[in-house]
Amino acid sequence: MKFTMSWLKEHLETKHKDTQIIDKLTDIGLEVESFENISSDLDNFKVAKIINAEQHPNADRLRVCDVDIGKKKIVKVVCGAPNAKKDLLTVYAAPGSVIPKNNMKLTVSKIRGVTSYGMLCSESELKLSDESEGITELKPSNYLDKIGNNFFKNNTEKVVDLSITPNRPDCLGVRGIARDLAAAGAGKLKSISHKNIKKDGSQNIKVSITKDKNQGCTIFASCLIKGVTNKESPKWLKEKIETLGQKPISAIVDITNYVMLDLNRPLHAYDADKIDEEIIVRNSKKGETFEALDNKEYKLDDGMCVISDQSGVLGLGGVIGGIRSGTELETKNILLESAYFIPRSIRKTSKLLNIDTDAKFRFERGIDHQSVELGLQKASQLISEICGGKISKFDIQKIKQYKKIEIKFNTSLFEKITGFKVKENEIIKILKDLGFEVSKKKSELNLKVPSWRPDISQPIDIVEEVVRIKGYENIETIEPKKNRLKDTLNKQQKLFHFLQRSVASKGYLETITWSFTDSRINNFFKENLKEIKIVNPISSDLDVLRNSIFSNLAFYLKKNLDRGFKDISFFEIGPIFKNKQPGEQLTVIGAIKSGKISRLNWNEKDRSVDIFDVKKDLIQTLMEAGYDKQSFFIRDKSPSYYHPGKSGSVYLDKDDIDPVAYFGELHPNIVKKLDIKTEGVVGFEIYLDYLKDTKIKLKDQKLNFEYSDYQKSERDYAFVVDKNYKAQDLIEIISSIDKNLIRSIKIFDIYEGENIPDGKKSIALNVTIQSSEKTLEENDLEKINKLIISTVESKSGAKIRS
Amino acid sequence: MSDIKKIKDEYLNKLDNDLDIESVNQIKTELFGKNGQISNSFKTLGSLPNDERKKFASDLNSIKEQLQEKINSKLQEIEIKEINSKLENEKLDVTLPEREIKQGKIHPVSQVIDEISSIFSEIGFSVEEGPDVENEHYNFTALNTPDNHPARDMHDTFYLDNNKEILLRTHTSPVQVRTMLNGKPPFKIIAPGRTYRSDSDQTHSPMFHQVEGLHIDKDINMGHLKGCLNYFIKSFFEVDKIKMRFRPSHFPFTEPSAEVDIGYELKDGKIVIGEGDKWLEILGCGMVHPNVLKNVNVNPDKYQGYAFGIGIDRLGMLKYGINDLRAFFETDYRWLNHFGFDPLDVPSNYRGLSR
Repeated sequence: MKFTMSWLKEHLETKHKDTQIIDKLTDIGLEVESFENISSDLDNFKVAKIINAEQHPNADRLRVCDVDIGKKKIVKVVCGAPNAKKDLLTVYAAPGSVIPKNNMKLTVSKIRGVTSYGMLCSESELKLSDESEGITELKPSNYLDKIGNNFFKNNTEKVVDLSITPNRPDCLGVRGIARDLAAAGAGKLKSISHKNIKKDGSQNIKVSITKDKNQGCTIFASCLIKGVTNKESPKWLKEKIETLGQKPISAIVDITNYVMLDLNRPLHAYDADKIDEEIIVRNSKKGETFEALDNKEYKLDDGMCVISDQSGVLGLGGVIGGIRSGTELETKNILLESAYFIPRSIRKTSKLLNIDTDAKFRFERGIDHQSVELGLQKASQLISEICGGKISKFDIQKIKQYKKIEIKFNTSLFEKITGFKVKENEIIKILKDLGFEVSKKKSELNLKVPSWRPDISQPIDIVEEVVRIKGYENIETIEPKKNRLKDTLNKQQKLFHFLQRSVASKGYLETITWSFTDSRINNFFKENLKEIKIVNPISSDLDVLRNSIFSNLAFYLKKNLDRGFKDISFFEIGPIFKNKQPGEQLTVIGAIKSGKISRLNWNEKDRSVDIFDVKKDLIQTLMEAGYDKQSFFIRDKSPSYYHPGKSGSVYLDKDDIDPVAYFGELHPNIVKKLDIKTEGVVGFEIYLDYLKDTKIKLKDQKLNFEYSDYQKSERDYAFVVDKNYKAQDLIEIISSIDKNLIRSIKIFDIYEGENIPDGKKSIALNVTIQSSEKTLEENDLEKINKLIISTVESKSGAKIRS
Repeated sequence: MSDIKKIKDEYLNKLDNDLDIESVNQIKTELFGKNGQISNSFKTLGSLPNDERKKFASDLNSIKEQLQEKINSKLQEIEIKEINSKLENEKLDVTLPEREIKQGKIHPVSQVIDEISSIFSEIGFSVEEGPDVENEHYNFTALNTPDNHPARDMHDTFYLDNNKEILLRTHTSPVQVRTMLNGKPPFKIIAPGRTYRSDSDQTHSPMFHQVEGLHIDKDINMGHLKGCLNYFIKSFFEVDKIKMRFRPSHFPFTEPSAEVDIGYELKDGKIVIGEGDKWLEILGCGMVHPNVLKNVNVNPDKYQGYAFGIGIDRLGMLKYGINDLRAFFETDYRWLNHFGFDPLDVPSNYRGLSR
């Protein structure tokens, strides 16, 4: 909402300075976006200084000047004036300027092979005098410290731009703003001067509002003005319209706009001679069309509120008028409409047809239904003053009687909500200044809400009005109490924070990517999940919710590789979506590692990243989070976006149904399709929702500290097994032979090749044996040794390698 | 007697010379070997008269100990010397680089969420969360923003169905609704999380982060709201004084509503929070609207309180001098490295919020 201070003062008698009014507006909730001059074409003309002038290489009469145009900017300008020389202060016009003398628009141009940025102007070009011999010469005493400033003073009045919240339609008119300011003590609201206008004859175009279901119009007031001469608006009106950045059109249109901006009372003027017999306000029928004032043809649906005549639709009530009945300069007789349209109906229609107009913006927020007559009065009076013509009596059709909303307000509610006290008579004064009718009944105030405040319906709204006008600075600051109702984080949230930092501590950079992704990339990773399309995506490559955490990570991996990074480790913790209902999402950690380990390192040989790098990071992270590695179980099943032979899943327990994590190499086909170029891409995922709650607190988890000081013995074995035989199974067989004696098992070699039959491999492992009761004798050891060999051989089909 | 003293003096002298390990062993044999001089002297003990024997034995033992001690220290001295001379050839260039370091980092948004949680934890708030996908009831209607209300235009919403019933939450406020529906007052929670609006330019991103705050009890008023936010802003920006301004505003789910500005000044092109005469809008808040309380089955005649919503990304930008919002979500390795935080740098009240 824009207005000038002088316009405001037509409604507000005030001694406040502009800056005080600006501050007051913000204090009462009318946020000031800006308070400045509307920029004008003349702002392009700057005071400038020639700092160097040289002969043009290809033209005797031209000079190439280096011109200081302020703000440390120097430009080259080609100039033909004989007086263009070093140190001259003059007027510079930037490219884009329009020269006042000939309305020529400047562009950057080459003059005989030298590019010239703008122009140095003569007095005649600036319409200052007839002097056209040379460029303007400015006196150093007046202008030396003004280089870069505008040469012309901006004479336009400063414009206030307010950001009006949707609950305050009354402040979409200057008068509403003045009323709020007056209530807040910034002056006195002037009363509206009522000149008695002479009304001649009746409004003889019949108007009817049909009783359609959900009729969007409840009041339609109108008058005829006959014998007008439509023309250009007078200067004062044009200036008013222009200062707000709008274009004057014709007196009649400008007047209706002016009344709208002044009183927030939208009006519409019809060329009365173009109306076919009568005005019918009714619901539209599906398929009806009309051509609107924005030169577009609209096809209507059922149930939109239209203003029509016997030939069809004239306009969409409160949204936009039609071309067929529009006023022109030749218009002689006009019908002026001042109506009330229901916000819900306006909003529905404009959304469906995608129309946004000033009238729509106001009606959908709620216009004062009591202002129909005032609007007709003010506008018809102005029209007759400017364009002449005879005003008919007002015709007012109503299908609903509006009563003022009444609120019983107990003033103690104010202190209860705001924490401070305002005297009752001050509350009453504020409310009266805002237009409320107030009567006192014991401890309650009976309030009638002004018709221009559709936002106010209950006592809490009254609290807001009073505290807003009184000033939020009166609210005291109460130190927060430290009482606690609940732990800050629950177990799952603690786990989230812990895992996040645990993964990062292993050398991964945390990233946050969109929750949506490119469906083409998502397809590689979505497995059997349903694609979740966004109806109105921000761009076509962010068109679905992500089914996997990897789609964005893979995309950004490629981007960073393309930036020239080689060895990249990053991760994200966040949601993935299983389906589109609220809650059908999982929290997942996805980590990706690419390139090499120890690239270009002087003391270690480099190698490509492999799945045991990420497996270590994954297992260690789970251990750090408090899960027992001894019970982890690895399977070689994993989603299809992993390399089928180089990936696996982790179960917290062998009997668990859901894996808590996957790890592996990214499927080479996907790597190829995404054009990811690196030595290796491996990664892991942890599904936080499947990580079982450890239930008991850590302090209760720790068992008694037991240890053995008896001598340890170590034995090495090498078993030849089938190539596909899993090391995990071998370890399980051995460790379950005697959990008390077998303390640890380490695999230290895997071998295939010479001396090993085809289809077989050798697993070499080291077993630590220790008793907690005694030092083991040689024959005890021999017994367990034999048991290990025989058990492994019988259970796994392995052969001990001798 | 004089003989053994002579032996002692002679060998102590010898051992003072610069000797190698073999010469010392040679001396050892000469003294204590089978026919060593000291060994032989012990053999003479038996032939001495009783009265002399005792003294001689004592003298001899003392001399033996002196000589042995001297030999041992000499041997040690030689060993240390030998090690030292060997070390001279073992010098490494310690300026060569160490083995590869991979330093992980925490994203600034995560760090700021932890800072916020730590601050509110101090005054008894707990953390709640809600789903990213919401239905329009929780996101709008229950929050007193009915369909066909212009306030809905303030949020450019992503929809997942053509009926506009399922959407990506446009703010964290639906967590208020879910929390109150699932519990009984009083409530004292914050809810950080991802939020979405179909808007993208330098200061808007289609995804961003908000933290919601909600405190409902029997007597929570606007003074408590002011106190809570004043405490939060001071703690977050780690300044003693903060200039804060509460301005009336409008949100459908709070009444009265306010926007909060904080004072700042520009120093060398950087924003310095606290003093200065410029204002920066940082959050919206207000007293929870009685209609919202009714919608979640809380009696507005008995309970009241405040709610607020703060842009997390923006707070991070202001505190850590980050200019472009979109860079937060572009996974530029350089950016993550530059603005990220060490994972061990966990914000907490006892160690301080930030280093």
